[in-house]
Amino acid sequence: MARYSTSEFKAGMKIMMDSDPCAIIENEFVKPGKGQAFNRVKIRNLKNGRVIERTFKSGESVEAADVIDLDMQYLYSDGEFYHFMDPESFEQYQADESAVADSKLWLKDQDMCILTLWNNAPISVTPPNFVELTVAETDPGLKGDTSGGGGKPATMETGAVVRVPLFVQIGELLKIDTRTGEYVSRAKV
Amino acid sequence: MTIDWQPSCSLELLQLRAAVLHTARMYFYEQKVLEVETPILCHSIGTDPYLDFFRTDFEEKPLYLQTSPEFSMKRLLAGGVGSCYQITKSFRQGEVGRYHNPEFTMLEWYRVGFDLSALMKDVEDLLCPLLHNTGFNGPVERWAYVDVFQKYTSLNPLQFSLPAYLAVAERFNCFDAYQLCGEDHSLWLDFLFSLCVQNELGKKGVCMIYNYPACLPSLARLNKENNLLSERVEIFVNGIEMGNGYFELADAVEQEMRFEREIDLRKQNKSMVVNKDARFLAALNSGLPDCSGIAIGVDRLLMVLSGKEKIADVLAFSIENA
Repeated sequence: MARYSTSEFKAGMKIMMDSDPCAIIENEFVKPGKGQAFNRVKIRNLKNGRVIERTFKSGESVEAADVIDLDMQYLYSDGEFYHFMDPESFEQYQADESAVADSKLWLKDQDMCILTLWNNAPISVTPPNFVELTVAETDPGLKGDTSGGGGKPATMETGAVVRVPLFVQIGELLKIDTRTGEYVSRAKV
Repeated sequence: MTIDWQPSCSLELLQLRAAVLHTARMYFYEQKVLEVETPILCHSIGTDPYLDFFRTDFEEKPLYLQTSPEFSMKRLLAGGVGSCYQITKSFRQGEVGRYHNPEFTMLEWYRVGFDLSALMKDVEDLLCPLLHNTGFNGPVERWAYVDVFQKYTSLNPLQFSLPAYLAVAERFNCFDAYQLCGEDHSLWLDFLFSLCVQNELGKKGVCMIYNYPACLPSLARLNKENNLLSERVEIFVNGIEMGNGYFELADAVEQEMRFEREIDLRKQNKSMVVNKDARFLAALNSGLPDCSGIAIGVDRLLMVLSGKEKIADVLAFSIENA
């Protein structure tokens, strides 16, 4: 496997750290006086999302992580695994619960998402920034209320619970921002 | 694809650079310090264990882009030039980041007959008028290294104790310090200084740290009263290291021993091999007048004066699009 020297470090680079694949978020070159230089690095563990800080002696090298992000179509869940397909090669991948994690709340059949593969196995799923989901359950709305003030919880078809305006009804298609989990608007059908 | 031909910095920054260089030249003109130029390409290079350099060839022999003009300027001093200064480009391999560009501008000067304290006053007289209209116009602070290190870490920098040093690193949320520094005292000092101390220095004005532990590499004389300390000063503004100065070592024998120690250290670290600069040693042998000297990073000074966050923001073209 390739190695990266600290002088090549930059945001987005994927490296191995404590036997887990990680992404560099921030890299700062520190050189005290005439002494040894250091690279102080902020790293996100790609398996659990945790951010840690590490310091390297400049000039050291670390193992590169074989990590790639691929655009994939979400197919279905069989209860144990989540199945995805590369729309170009039609190659299928199955991701387990720990890889999909909270993203499952935004996965709708046929939607495109980003599957992160480490050594060719899925380790995380990033849903699109915006998804359109149908309201499965919510309290009946108040007629004539279009203000959106206040709001109420609504359970979407995927199980996600989103705060929506009072006028939203069961069966409506809504646009949701998956990064914040917030309602954006009604979707145009 | 668009080609990034545009300057890295604004026109205002180019004007500020010109103004700062003009001020420096006026200052030294009035002080009767001679402006000199020395070669950037030389046959030798310093042995600093932690400085990497660029190498090229001429007539099948290596030439080195200078990491600072120090050796050439000291040869001029040994030749009898008297107090002198230089504004020049210096080059350091592998140094790139918020505060580093591999090619940068250095203002370096030597004052014959000055001790370290007189040099610190000189730096103050040059920098304070420049900083007058910034948020860094507070009174100049002078701290002994031992005191400032103790203040922020509660450790004695002259006495190494692994458990005590480890505990401080952990207090600053750094848990990989042992893997980094092992039991190397000077590595620990560099590491803890950059982690715990440096950011606190010069928040309101110029901060000068003097009398560095002698175990840290330098071309400074040892302190007469305490040979664990060296006659070295570093200048900080807003947590940024601006310059490094010495009461210059003039003893050729001591200098040669330090070169040999550093060459050994470079071997241990598997750094590029360098040879002792014989011409520089011969110059010391013939006699370097008692003098103090310092180098100020002009680009970093511009960062402080303009409030810019990255060195690229004060350069016409940074290494990215040079």
